[in-house]
Amino acid sequence: MADSPIRSLMQSPAVPEVDILWITAGLSCDGDSISITAATQPSLEDVLLGALPGLPKVNLHHPVLAYETGEAFLVPFHRAARGESPRPYVLVIEGSVPNESIKEEGFWAGLGTDAEGQPITTCTWIDQLSKHAWGVVAIGTCATYGGIHAMSGNPTGAMGLCDYLGWDFKTGAGLPIVCVPGCPVQPDNFMETLLYLLYQAAGLSPMIPLDHAHRPRWLFSQTVHEGCDRGGYYEQGDFAAEVGSRKCIVKLGCWGPVVLCNVGRRGWMAGIGGCPNVGGICIGCTMPGFPDKFMPFMQEPPGAIMSSAAILMYGRTVRALRNFTKSSLDREPIWRNRKPQLTTGYQPTTYGKGQAKAPTTEGQS
Amino acid sequence: MSEGGITGGAAGGQDTRQLVDMSWDPITRIVGSLGIHTKIDFGKNEVAECWSTSSIFRGYSIFMKGKDPRDAHFITSRICGICGDNHATCSVYAQNMAYGIKPPHLAEWLINLGEAAEYMFDHNLFQDNLVGVDFCEKMVRATNPGVFEQAEKTDAPGAEHHGYKKIADIMRALNPFTGELYREALHVSRYTREMFCLMEGRHVHPSTLYPGGIGTVPTVQLLTDYLTRLMKYVEFVKKIVPLHDDLFNFFYEALPGYEQVGNRRVLLGCWGSFQNPETCDFKYENMAMWGGDMFVTPGIVVDGKLVTTDLVKINLGIRILLGSSFYDDWEDSGELFVKHDPLGNPVDKRHPWNQTTTPRPQKRDLKNKYTWVMSPRWLDDRTGDHLALDTGGGPLARLWTTALANTVDMNGYVKATGKGVEILLPKTAGKPETKLNWQIPKWSNTIERNRARSYFQAYAAASAFYFLEHAFAEINAGRTQTSVPFTVPDEAIGCGFHEAVRGVLSHHLVIRDKKIANYHPYPPTPWNASPRDSFGTPGPYEDAVTGTPLFEESRGDDFKGIDIMRTVRSFDPCLPCGVHMYLGGGKELLVRHSPTLGAQIAYEPESSK
Repeated sequence: MADSPIRSLMQSPAVPEVDILWITAGLSCDGDSISITAATQPSLEDVLLGALPGLPKVNLHHPVLAYETGEAFLVPFHRAARGESPRPYVLVIEGSVPNESIKEEGFWAGLGTDAEGQPITTCTWIDQLSKHAWGVVAIGTCATYGGIHAMSGNPTGAMGLCDYLGWDFKTGAGLPIVCVPGCPVQPDNFMETLLYLLYQAAGLSPMIPLDHAHRPRWLFSQTVHEGCDRGGYYEQGDFAAEVGSRKCIVKLGCWGPVVLCNVGRRGWMAGIGGCPNVGGICIGCTMPGFPDKFMPFMQEPPGAIMSSAAILMYGRTVRALRNFTKSSLDREPIWRNRKPQLTTGYQPTTYGKGQAKAPTTEGQS
Repeated sequence: MSEGGITGGAAGGQDTRQLVDMSWDPITRIVGSLGIHTKIDFGKNEVAECWSTSSIFRGYSIFMKGKDPRDAHFITSRICGICGDNHATCSVYAQNMAYGIKPPHLAEWLINLGEAAEYMFDHNLFQDNLVGVDFCEKMVRATNPGVFEQAEKTDAPGAEHHGYKKIADIMRALNPFTGELYREALHVSRYTREMFCLMEGRHVHPSTLYPGGIGTVPTVQLLTDYLTRLMKYVEFVKKIVPLHDDLFNFFYEALPGYEQVGNRRVLLGCWGSFQNPETCDFKYENMAMWGGDMFVTPGIVVDGKLVTTDLVKINLGIRILLGSSFYDDWEDSGELFVKHDPLGNPVDKRHPWNQTTTPRPQKRDLKNKYTWVMSPRWLDDRTGDHLALDTGGGPLARLWTTALANTVDMNGYVKATGKGVEILLPKTAGKPETKLNWQIPKWSNTIERNRARSYFQAYAAASAFYFLEHAFAEINAGRTQTSVPFTVPDEAIGCGFHEAVRGVLSHHLVIRDKKIANYHPYPPTPWNASPRDSFGTPGPYEDAVTGTPLFEESRGDDFKGIDIMRTVRSFDPCLPCGVHMYLGGGKELLVRHSPTLGAQIAYEPESSK
């Protein structure tokens, strides 16, 4: 790898085998796990069955998809927690991290049972597993920034993984926490990020480029609005007044103009679905400020009131002018007709009425 | 539990069963966090006792207080990561009632299409990617090698429909990731989710659902995109129903007595699915009427008899009990939010409308409080019993109540017969028109819960044709409005009833000063995974696992508790709530079975402690 910046996909990966230890036992709904089963770019089975070149062999330890159950399932987790994982591993955390220190006893979230018959808290797992992990990934907005369960008035003191481990946390390999937000995560967004990390582990990709909120830059640098196919309505000051309209829905409560997310453009899966592009207001579910800063959802965002008013005069004028142009463009040019005279502008010299018939020559047809 | 291995007790008495503590925590291949703790009598090959525990608390009812009620469906969708849309839909139903609105017909048909796709997707993924692994070659070879040998020799009667000659071929096809059917199911789960996204925008937390309607733009393209995918699914279903029939019937045949695995008294609840926009006005006063018109009939079946199909009666009978859950009681301290329903009927303090949730985190104690799940029960006013209804994983109760109610007839696509449900699937590219007939089974057991799931996949697909025809008719007639305007009243109450994929779902809402004063969702899993209640009645998982005979051949460290796992998974657990089966130290178990340690251990029944 030192020799050339370009490493062949055909070379064997720098790391032959990687484990993925996935914990869904944050305060979660498992929706991110279900979501990634919808991914096709790549699909889960692409990664696990080695359908892509240059990848290390990947062993997935995931509670929703595991063959084993109970203690048998937890064996690699216990081993890794002791620092005895035989392979580098990526720790994936799903769900908000509760604050277990705000109460006298009991637990908010646990996975597995300890020798005393008590649940092993999710925080304990995170503490131990993050120490030895090659990479740590937070999947979904709960794990990245706290999400729904960290809403004001919540009883558990829930937070995101970066809040819990510290925003400056780095793994032994020097990776910061990688955050792939979304409620749930867009399927391909996550699998694509995971693939990047696996290629990074394989020595094929440089350090994953992340923004200040630890999001992969190539996925989260554009606003919903910048990729929204209803943006044209906005520009023309044409706003939906009711649910079900195909126009811009910013006045119904859409936060798309200020939310970093690619779903409007990418669709939900296979290019189908999404949010404002299919009539669903953007509620900002990828953002660290979600949900409180976007509530009440079904109300025009304060900023949108100003900007949509500003766009209105320009938009209406432009729309009127465009309507004029459009109605012209919507008619065919006048020379497409059945008149006996050609009106395209071409002056035929060899045919046409009143012209002498072309001489017949051998070889011509 | 603290000693792991063997439960004994010199103080016993006559009961001298050899009991081994076994726990499975976490239960994998489900959604959410569940542990199952058991005492197993290996002498009798039977589960003696079972506790179901959940180890996650999030507090929706607490943090929703004071929020804008229009946020409720966005928030409650996040309760569940596989059927969040069922929550969003149910919340929208409850809000429609509270706001006094009725969406246009087209909106309801589109929502029904979205929800139908959810059933198609979710049952498919759960059946063949999660449950299927319990019946796959790798598992059956490990737990019951003799059964696998027999499967190698047994012809699959439905081979002409599904293409697998022997039962063992079906099992091989279900092997995780490498099996052909396993991978096909993943693929099917994708295009069915595309169907879902066409209607509801995103899976699993929809973007286009609103009180009063749906944001989806209704076009011919929308419905055509759905229809073309539906036809692929219908072809798949024509294969999968006979395939599962073959697989499940084989277990009855290969393991005589298997019908007792996961068998429990028939205590089934279904809260109804697929609104009929012709009659549904979301008014509580008319709920008995329009509830009865739903395209999956709500109802409660006790000992094989249909007790009621009246949603008002169902609603008023719901009681939330404590007993083994980590919460303070509200019977004396909580507020009575709703004294009477809109019909003037008194509403109990233990009804979700009047529930106050106060968490009290504490150590897990299987003899006292051991779970974050409460104990929803249904008060049978004929007997005064608080019934621990289960959902049969969803499909079993839906088919059972619909069959007995005998009212559903969707132009012949789906027709209740009193004894079963007929499902008509139109001709597809590779297979002729097919009629399936689900018959009310003899048992409410593990196999029948699983079988019903396959049939309900067909039910949902056939229903979709009916909904599509109506949606096309609306669009062709130019009735393309998909929402009605509304305002949030100062004070209101509402309730929504729906079927989450895995069973009964209700949302109860109280609005004061235009804000949420109380909100309590009851998904299926609290019903199924509930612990022993204040009367000592165990929840359905606990009940179904207790007394279950064990057919697994492997022992010691290799013992997987497969019959217990199949039972728990047959309910389609979805616990962002929970059950733990705790294998209290595999090492002790090994010791227990070593020939040098053969002494009988007296056992004192848990109930007497």
